[in-house]
Amino acid sequence: MTVLKTEGLVKKFGSFPALNGVDIEVEKGEVYGFIGPNGSGKSTTIRVLLGILKATEGQATIFGMDAWKDAVKIHKRVAYVPGDVNLWPNLTGGEVIDLFVKLRGGTNKSRREELIRRFDLDPGKKCRTYSKGNRQKVALVAAFSSDADLYILDEPTSGLDPLMERVFQECVMEAKAEGKSILLSSHILSEVEKLCDKVAIIRQGKIIEKGTLKELRHLTGTILLVETKEPMPELATVKGVQGIEEKEGALSFQVDQQELDNVVRYVSQFGIVRMESSPPTLEELFMRHYEGTGTTERAGVGGEV
Amino acid sequence: MAKHLYDETGRLTRFVLRRDRIRIPLWIVSFAVVSAVVAVAFTDLYQSDQERQAIAETMRNPAMTAMVGPGYGLDNYTAGAMMAHQMLLMTAVVVGLMSILLVTRHTRTDEEDGRIEMIRSLPVGRLSNLLSTLLVMALVNVLLAVVVGFSLYALNIETMDLEGSLLYGAALGATGLVFAAITAVFAQLSQNARSTIGFALGILVLGYFVRAIGDIGNEAVAWLTPLGWILRAEVYVNNYWWPVLVTVGAAIVLSVLALYLNSIRDLGSGFFPARPGRKVASPLLQSPFGLALRLQRTGLIAWAFGMLLLGASYGSVLGELESFFGDIELMQQLLVQTEGFSMTEQFIPMLMSVMSIIASIPVLMTILKLKTEEKNGRLEHIVGRAVSRNRLMGGYVVLSLLVSVVMLSLTAFSLGATGNATMEEQLPLGMFFTASFAYLPAVWVMIGIAVLLIGWAKGLSGFIWLYLTFSFAVVYLGGLLQFPEWVQKLSPYGYVSRIPIEDMDYGTAAILTGIAVLLIIAGFIGYNKRDIGN
Repeated sequence: MTVLKTEGLVKKFGSFPALNGVDIEVEKGEVYGFIGPNGSGKSTTIRVLLGILKATEGQATIFGMDAWKDAVKIHKRVAYVPGDVNLWPNLTGGEVIDLFVKLRGGTNKSRREELIRRFDLDPGKKCRTYSKGNRQKVALVAAFSSDADLYILDEPTSGLDPLMERVFQECVMEAKAEGKSILLSSHILSEVEKLCDKVAIIRQGKIIEKGTLKELRHLTGTILLVETKEPMPELATVKGVQGIEEKEGALSFQVDQQELDNVVRYVSQFGIVRMESSPPTLEELFMRHYEGTGTTERAGVGGEV
Repeated sequence: MAKHLYDETGRLTRFVLRRDRIRIPLWIVSFAVVSAVVAVAFTDLYQSDQERQAIAETMRNPAMTAMVGPGYGLDNYTAGAMMAHQMLLMTAVVVGLMSILLVTRHTRTDEEDGRIEMIRSLPVGRLSNLLSTLLVMALVNVLLAVVVGFSLYALNIETMDLEGSLLYGAALGATGLVFAAITAVFAQLSQNARSTIGFALGILVLGYFVRAIGDIGNEAVAWLTPLGWILRAEVYVNNYWWPVLVTVGAAIVLSVLALYLNSIRDLGSGFFPARPGRKVASPLLQSPFGLALRLQRTGLIAWAFGMLLLGASYGSVLGELESFFGDIELMQQLLVQTEGFSMTEQFIPMLMSVMSIIASIPVLMTILKLKTEEKNGRLEHIVGRAVSRNRLMGGYVVLSLLVSVVMLSLTAFSLGATGNATMEEQLPLGMFFTASFAYLPAVWVMIGIAVLLIGWAKGLSGFIWLYLTFSFAVVYLGGLLQFPEWVQKLSPYGYVSRIPIEDMDYGTAAILTGIAVLLIIAGFIGYNKRDIGN
C-alpha cells in the first residue's frame, strides 16, 4: 500500500526551479531514505508534502489525499521533525512538547515520559537555553510520542551526539516494527544505509536515482581489492574500471557490473595473490553522482544514468 | 595579565560603531531635531510674557509636577525655563531607553546568540567586548549632549543661552550614560537579553514614578533615581552643573562594577539563577490561540498598564482644563467649538482619538506577531500538525479583537475614574466608555488591513505602521493645521463620532465594521493560498 507519493513535483520560487520533477513513493512499513546535498531540494519537497508550500506543478499525495488541500486531515496521522528546529525562547521544552502533541490531537503521557528519559532531555528548561541538539530532541520527543502512521524526518540527527543518534535509530526501528512508514532525509549516509529499505538521491531538484540499496549497488558495480605478483600498468585503461587507489600494497578500484568479467580476466594475467570484492557503500554511490559535477551548476546531466 | 583583559578593545569599538553606523546617528539626530522643533514651537506659541505666565499658573499642581517634574522658574517662566520644565524629563527617559537597547544589543544579545563566543576565541581580551560597548556609549552620549546643546543654542532664542543649552544636552547625555552602565550591570546579572532589557527598563520606569512621588512629597525620595538628579540642574534657570557630574560619576562607578562582574563570571552565565520552568504545558497553552496569547502575555500586560497610566495622566489634568484652555489660543483652535458643552467635554473626543490610536499599537502588534512567527521559522511546527490555516490565523485575529476591546476599556475606565476624581463637575462613566468604544470599528478596520497584508503581501505588512502614523498625524494635527475634511476621511479614525459632542452614528460604525469583516475574510482567503515560510 502506497502511503506517500509524488508525481512530477515542480516548485518554482520566482523563476528559480527548486524542484524540477520529483517522483518518490513510500510504501507502508517502509523506511525511505532521501539523500542529497544542501540546497538540492530535500526540505522543499518535504514542505510541499506537508502543505506548507504549494507545488507549482505535479501531484503530492499522502494516504491517498492531496497534500495541499487535505493538509489538516493528513497531519492528524503525520509526525514531522524539521531540520532546523526554531522554538519559542520563553517556553520550556516540556511545554513545547505538550503543545505539539496537542496540536496533532491525542496524547500519550507515558510515551512522552519514556522518550524524555531516553533522549535525556530536561523539559523544565527554557528553549533559549537549549543547544541545537537539545532543540532537536524536543522535536523528536514530540514526534515519536505521537501515534502517527507516517513520520517525516528532515535531517533529524543533525546536532545529536552518537548516543542520542542510537536512541533515534532505535525509535525509527520500533516505529517500523509497528508497521509505520518513515521518510528520512539525511546527510549521514551510514545512518541511511543502516535504517532505510529504499533510497532516493536528489540533485538540483530532480531525483536522479532511486530504489532499494541492492538495486542501486547493482547499477553501480563492485569494489575490488586486488594484489598481484606483477604490477598492472594498464589497469586504468581497461574499460569499466574507475577510481584506482593504492591500499595496503594492493589496488582498490570500482568495476562496472557489466564489465566485471572482462576486468577479472585482465587482472588474472598478472598472478593474483589476494582478491576481495565488496558492494559499494552508499557513500561511494553518492559520491559517484556528485564527483566532478558542481552541485550548484544548473546544466549538469552527468548524473542521469 | 591585566593588560590582556582589554586586548583589541579599539578594534572592537570600531566594529560596534560599524554595526551601528546608521542606528546611532539616527538616534542622535532625532533627539536634536525633536528638541529644536519643540523649542521653536514653544516660542512661537507663547510669544508674550503674559501668555507664558498663564501657562506657568496651570503648571502649579501636583498632577503636572508628577508628569513633567518640579517647575523651576515658574515665577519667571521664560521660553528656556518652559523647555527645561516640560521637555527635559520626557526626553531623558527616551535617552535612557536608547542606552538600554543599544547596550543590550551589544552585550547579552550577542552573548546569547553565540557571537561573543566566536569573538572570545580570537586573541581578544576577556573584557574587551563590554569595554568597547561602554566606550561607544560614552561617545554616543557625549555627541548627543554636544549636538543637542549646540542645536538648541543655534536657535538663537533669547533665554536659551549657550551654558543652559549645553547643560540641557549634558543632562540628557548623563542620563544616557548612567542607564548604559545600569544596563551593563544587568547584562552581567541576568542570563538573557530579554530579562536584561526587562530589569533595566524596570529601573527606568520605576525611577520615573519614584521621582514623581518625591517631587510631589518628600524631595529626598526623588534623590533615589538619576531621573530625579538631572532635574536638579535647573536648566536655563540656575544652571547647576553638579547634578550632571554626580550622574556621570555614578555611571563610571556602575561601569566599573559591570566590568568587575564580567571578569568573575563564565561566558553565558549570569548571577541571577535561572528559574526552573514548567515541565508540562498548562491546559491554556494547548491551542494556536493559547500559544498566541502565551507568547504575548507579558507584552500585553505591560501595554495594559501603559494604557491605564495614559488614561490616568490625561484624566488627572481634566480638572485643570477650564482654566488651562481659556488661556491658550492654540488649544481653542484645535478643538471644535460647540455651544452647550463644557471645555472638558469638548476635549474628550480629542483625547479619545489620540488614545485609541495609541491603543491600536498593541492590537496591531498582536496580529503582526503571526508574521514574526513565520519569519522566525516557527509556524512550520504548527502548520505541519493538524492545524488549519484558518484556525491558526483565526487565533491571532480573535486575540487582537479581544485586545482592542480590553485596551479601549482600560483607557476609558482610567480616564473617567481619574477625571471624575479631579473634577468638581462629574461626568457619567458610561459616557467615557461610549466615547472610547466608538473607536472600536476603526481599530477593527486596521486589524482587517493587517490581516489582508499578511494574507496577500506579507512583505508589505509593515505598511500598517505607516498608515497608523498617518492616521495619528491627520487626526491629531488635522484641526490645528486646518487640513481639509477629505484628508481626515483617508483614515478610519476620521469617521468616528466625536462623543460626547456628537451623537453616536451607528450607520457609519456598522459600515466600518462591515469593511473590517470583508478585509479579514479577504486576508484569510490569501493566507490559505500562499506558501508559509521565507
